[in-house]
Amino acid sequence: MTNSEKVIHTLSVYVANKPGALARIAQVFARRGFNIESLVVSPAVDGNFSRMTIGCSGKPDGLEQIIKQLAKLIDVLHCIDHTYDQSVMKEMGLIKISVDCEGRSEALQIAEHFGCKTVDLTKESMILQVVGDPAKIDALEEMIRKFKIVELVRTGKVVMSRGQKRT
Amino acid sequence: MSDNTMEGGQAIIRCLENEGVEHIFGYSGGAAIPIFDALVTTETKIKFILVRHEQGAVHMADGYARATGKPAVVLVTSGPGATNTLTGIMTAHMDSVPMIVITGQSVSWMLGKDAFQEADIFGITMPVVKHSYLVKKGNDIPRIVREAFHIATTGRPGPVLIDVPKDISAGPCTADLHAEMDLPGYRLIEGVDNDIILQIAEALSKSKRPLILAGHGAMISGADASLKAFAEKARIPVTNTLLGKGVFPETHELALGMLGMHGTAYANKAICECDLLLNIGSRFDDRILGKPEQFCKNATIIHIDIDAAEVGKMIQPQIACVADAKTAIDELAKHVPSLETAAWCRHLDGYKTKHPLKFKRQGSLKMQHIIDEFYKLSEGKACVATDVGQHQMWAAQFYKNDSRYNWLSSGGAGTMGFGLPACIGAAFARPDDLHVCFVGDGGFQMTFFELATAALHKLPIKIVVLNNHYLGMVRQWQELFYEDRTSGVDLEGNPDFVKLAESFGVKGFNLRRPGDVKRVLGSALSYNDGPCLINCEVEKTDNVFPMIPAGAAIEDMLIDPPTRKLEKPTGST
Repeated sequence: MTNSEKVIHTLSVYVANKPGALARIAQVFARRGFNIESLVVSPAVDGNFSRMTIGCSGKPDGLEQIIKQLAKLIDVLHCIDHTYDQSVMKEMGLIKISVDCEGRSEALQIAEHFGCKTVDLTKESMILQVVGDPAKIDALEEMIRKFKIVELVRTGKVVMSRGQKRT
Repeated sequence: MSDNTMEGGQAIIRCLENEGVEHIFGYSGGAAIPIFDALVTTETKIKFILVRHEQGAVHMADGYARATGKPAVVLVTSGPGATNTLTGIMTAHMDSVPMIVITGQSVSWMLGKDAFQEADIFGITMPVVKHSYLVKKGNDIPRIVREAFHIATTGRPGPVLIDVPKDISAGPCTADLHAEMDLPGYRLIEGVDNDIILQIAEALSKSKRPLILAGHGAMISGADASLKAFAEKARIPVTNTLLGKGVFPETHELALGMLGMHGTAYANKAICECDLLLNIGSRFDDRILGKPEQFCKNATIIHIDIDAAEVGKMIQPQIACVADAKTAIDELAKHVPSLETAAWCRHLDGYKTKHPLKFKRQGSLKMQHIIDEFYKLSEGKACVATDVGQHQMWAAQFYKNDSRYNWLSSGGAGTMGFGLPACIGAAFARPDDLHVCFVGDGGFQMTFFELATAALHKLPIKIVVLNNHYLGMVRQWQELFYEDRTSGVDLEGNPDFVKLAESFGVKGFNLRRPGDVKRVLGSALSYNDGPCLINCEVEKTDNVFPMIPAGAAIEDMLIDPPTRKLEKPTGST
């Protein structure tokens, strides 16, 4: 990654499943001029709590303040920055490309290289499902661009700490 | 009536009683009728104070809380009733004031359908509350009220909003009123890290020129006695923020008074020259920093704050201590001996002699003269509320506070219109004390309608309208930084404030000449049949000094009026 590329930070937030929690969290970012690049919310093991993985970008010196302000919210149990640790980080993408029988075998070759599944196939198009770290999906996107990408949907990354470390 | 056959509104009142509430400030309205009805049907002893505008209710609650340290309660209706509380809630939030605001709401099934007087107050207030609730089930009421009080009053205090749809307040509540709280994400700081205390003690022992900065956090923590004992034992001079007025006696030999934009010259000089700054419960507000990158740049900075998010927000301290101020000071006092600060204190005393706060008693009538005389006549014992602007800064300079809970001023928000209702709220809380409100003619006209509330309850408040027919602080900036191009500051068309007061049944006095100050204030102070107002026709174009232009370094403080042209300030407002 070059210096000119912006750093996308990855935060995990463990939050009580209460009304308004997401709005309060979003406000912490908005007020300080941070962009939320991706956001995944799902129930935790205990259904009274939710897991959030938030990808965000903004000035690095503001991030510490964001984390503290998130942790301060009444409904937030903890907030951890996983940007520079070796956590497992995964994302799923669905890419619909426009491809007829002429290009199909090359497309499938690329798909196979990236471990994609073909989840839909028609005479003019196919949908590839890819799972991996976000950089892998970026790379696939780059490669498959020679075909016309009709639609691209990514889930946003989810993160989990390795071993005994908590997420 | 037994606990399990109540209406929601009744449950709310009972829960408020359980929290020790004695007063509610508010304004009725359609969506809140079941709660207002419960004030009658429960035969509660809680006194309801009907104000004249919801903003007045919130500022009254704010004044009540600041004057006692206890949480105050506001009750209003939905829609505009709720949105009118917004400025007051923001004011309380900025200054960490504990408050519960209960708003009526449209019936649940109409939420989001633009019902009559529906406003998404839960959403609108979200950035300016410590926490908020939209009640969805009647049986949640006891838990929510209990949580709201707990959140509002613990840790760093703040306002909590409870929005109650009408079907909930009119519907049944069968839950136990002593409900358990469910706040897994809300953990309070307990105790203090002993290693950090030792580090602070070590740093202090090496310091030749230590300085304590006492802020609102020290006040909220009830650290006044501990702070005094510690400062006296260690022989460390103390400066205070605007909201820290009274947490350390301002007339104490170690006191330097308020620092910052319009603080004393000697407090600001001390900030520039200290080699160690011990900040106890101040959030390093931009009014005291000047230019953050130059602030105390040669000093070791220690920051004690109960809110971890304040540490490093404006200033990165060398030692951070996230703890309750009183707990930290008490612990620190065990490890810090008397320090060799005699030379440093003498040096600062030299500044006190050389650059005292001053004004002229001759010539035109000065706000400072009136405040100073009031200070003397009241022996410094009044509970002082201020509005915002020049008079606020002069009141901070000349009305010395020697004890806590006697200074009610909107610091962070700088809310004009705060003074009169805050003073009224404090008078409800402490009816036997002397209450004064210093207010400008601008701010007074934003909430003067609460004269009715003050008159109705015959509150013993002295309303000192420091009337220069200008929005003086903005005019001062325009004079100093904008080549005297006054714009939007001339309050021509002011009413006759004495006649206005009399129309509410409030006694009025006029004060026009310096020679009359003592006599007129004396008459006002001896007036004992409810509120009175003193309209003071003061110098129109006086300026507040010392002054540190916003964004300038503290070293660039103007102790006296400048003789050269000044650049426009770089800081915000």
